[in-house]
Amino acid sequence: MPVTTAPSRPPSFPDDVEALIAATGATTVVVVSDGAGTFVRAQDPAVRVVLADATSAGDGDGDGATPDAGAAAPRPRDAFSLLNAAFATPLVVEVPAGARPGPVLVVQWCGTEGAATFPLTVWKVGAGAEVDLVEASVSADVAALTVPVSTVEVGQGAVVSYLHVQHLGGRVWQVAQQGSRVQRDATFTSTAVALGGDYARVRTTSTLEGAGGTTRLLAVYFGSESRMVDFRTVQEHRAPRTTSELLFKGAVANRSRAVYSGLIRVEKGASGTNAFQTNRNLVLHEGARADSVPNLEIEDNDVRCSHASAVGPIAEDQRFYLASRGVPPEVGDRLITLGFLDEVLQRMRRPRVADHLRLELVAALESAERWQRAGASGGAVGA
Amino acid sequence: MSVVAVTHRLRIEGLRAEVGGRPILNGIDLEVASGEVHAVMGPNGAGKSTLSHVLMGRSGYTVSGGRVLLDGVDLLALPAWERAREGLFLGMQYPIEVPGVSLQDALGEAFAAAGRDRREVTARLEAEADRVGLDRRFLDRPLNVDLSGGERKRNETVQLAVLRPRFAILDEIDSGLDVDALRAVSRRVEAATGETGLGVLAITHYSRLLTELHPDRVHVLAAGRIVASGGPELAEELERTGYAAYAEG
Repeated sequence: MPVTTAPSRPPSFPDDVEALIAATGATTVVVVSDGAGTFVRAQDPAVRVVLADATSAGDGDGDGATPDAGAAAPRPRDAFSLLNAAFATPLVVEVPAGARPGPVLVVQWCGTEGAATFPLTVWKVGAGAEVDLVEASVSADVAALTVPVSTVEVGQGAVVSYLHVQHLGGRVWQVAQQGSRVQRDATFTSTAVALGGDYARVRTTSTLEGAGGTTRLLAVYFGSESRMVDFRTVQEHRAPRTTSELLFKGAVANRSRAVYSGLIRVEKGASGTNAFQTNRNLVLHEGARADSVPNLEIEDNDVRCSHASAVGPIAEDQRFYLASRGVPPEVGDRLITLGFLDEVLQRMRRPRVADHLRLELVAALESAERWQRAGASGGAVGA
Repeated sequence: MSVVAVTHRLRIEGLRAEVGGRPILNGIDLEVASGEVHAVMGPNGAGKSTLSHVLMGRSGYTVSGGRVLLDGVDLLALPAWERAREGLFLGMQYPIEVPGVSLQDALGEAFAAAGRDRREVTARLEAEADRVGLDRRFLDRPLNVDLSGGERKRNETVQLAVLRPRFAILDEIDSGLDVDALRAVSRRVEAATGETGLGVLAITHYSRLLTELHPDRVHVLAAGRIVASGGPELAEELERTGYAAYAEG
C-alpha cells in the first residue's frame, strides 16, 4: 500500500478547491491526501467519522473498529476494485438514524507526481436521516492514477444527496466506482460532475433493495483537449414499486471523447418499477466525439421503462436566434452549451455549489476555445 | 420624445435568393429610412419569410444577386451577429427556444459584443417588459421556452426596444397575437419610430396588423418581386380585393 512518509500536515489547496469547499457549506470536512494521510478539518457532532489510516489526525473518534467496507462493495469486482480493496485505507462516515447534520464533505487530493491512490469511502446513512454528502476528487498538476471506491448505504426512509465533483488535473487517470444501496422508501440522489482528468471513468451502480425506494442519477460532464470521460451506470431494481431516473448531460470539445453506457436491470419481482434513462451530448467541435449506449434488461412484466439518448452539434437555429440579437457565434455557443448543461445543475440541492460549478464550466469552455483556436492557427496542440 | 438627428437608410437593391437551387426572391428593391414604417404584404409563397431571413443572414439561403446596404455598409457580406451590431433586428414569426439561456444573459452578451455597458440591460429589460406587458418573471426564464405565442411576440418586442436597432424586420409579428397583445406590440414599435428613429419593415399576410401599426408605405410582394407600392390605402384595397390580382405577378 502507499506508504505515508510525508509529514502529517494537511495539504494546502488551490483557491478553486477552497472555493468549492466553501460553496458546499459542509460542517464536516475530511481531507484524504495522498502521501500525507487523512485529516478531519471540521466535524458535525451528529456525524461519526472512523479513520482507519494510521496517520490519522483530527478528532475522529477512531475507536479501533474495523470499518465494514465489504458489505456495500460495488459489483462487479474487477481489477480496479480488487486493487482498491488491497490498498485502500478505508474511511467510514456514519450518519445515525434520524439525524439531519449539515453537509459532509470528503476531499480526495492527489498532490504527488507519479502516485497511485486508492481511496475507499464508506457512507452509512441510518433510517430516516437526511444529509448531503459530497466527494471532491482534486489534484495538483501531477501525473497520477486514482482508483476511488465509494459506497453509500441509504437506510430506510432516508433522504440522501450524494455529489461527486471530479476536477482532476489534465494528467491524472481516474477509475472510480460508486455503489449505492437504497432501502425501503428511501430517496437517493447522486450527481456526478466531471470536469478534468486525462482519462476519467466512473462506474455507478445504484441498487434499489427496498420497496418504494427512489434513485436519481444525474451527471454533467465537459470534455476538452484530448481527454476522455467514461460513464458506466447500472440502475438495478430488486424490489417492488421502486423508481430510478437517470439524466446525464455532457458536452465534448476539441478532440475529447465521452462514452456513456447504461443499463437498467429489473429483476423478477420488482413489479411496479419505473425506470428512466436519458443521456444527451453536445459535440462542439468536429474532432470531438460522444458515444451513448443505453441498455435494458427486464425480467418482470409490470414495469415502465424508457431510455433516450442523443448526440449532436449545437442547433443551428438556436445559434441564429442569438446571432440575430447581436451575440457572436462563439459566445452564443458558450451560452447554449452552458444552458444545455444547466438542466442538471438546476436540480442540485445547493445553489452555491451549482453557482461555483457554473463558473468552473465557463472557465473550462473558455479554455477549450483557446485550445481550439491555437490548434486551428497551427499552434501547439497537445497530444 | 427626442428629435432624430440622423437619418439612416436601409436600401435593398435587386435582391435575389434561392433555396435549394429554386429562385424565391427575383429582384427586390426597397428603401426604408429612419422613422418610417413600411409594410410588405403578400400571399403565401410570395417569399415573405425568405426575405426576412435573407436580410438577417440565416443559413440555408443562397443570395444570387443584389445588395443590402445599411448606411452604405453591405450587410450581405457580414455574418448575422454583425448585421445586428450594425443596427438590424429581426422579430421572428416563430421565436426559437433556447433552453437554459435567459433573456438577460443573451442581451448582456449582445451589449458586450457591441461595446455597450451590459450593466444597463437589467433595468432596461424591466422597464420595457412593464411597457409591453410582459411579466418580469420571463426575463430570467430560458428564451421562449414554455411561452405562449403572444408572450413570445411581446418578448421579441421587449428585445427590440432594449437593443434599439436602427431597422427592424418584423416577420408576421401579428401571428398568434390576441387583440390586446397586437395593440401593445404595435404601440411599442410605433413609439420607437418616434423616440429612437426606428425604421420598420413589417412583413405580413394580413392587413390586421396595419390597423394598429400604421404604415407610411405598403408594398405587395408576389412571386419574389415587389409588384405594387403605395400608401396605406393599398392595404385597404388588398383587404377588399385580396391578392388574386397580383398572384400571377
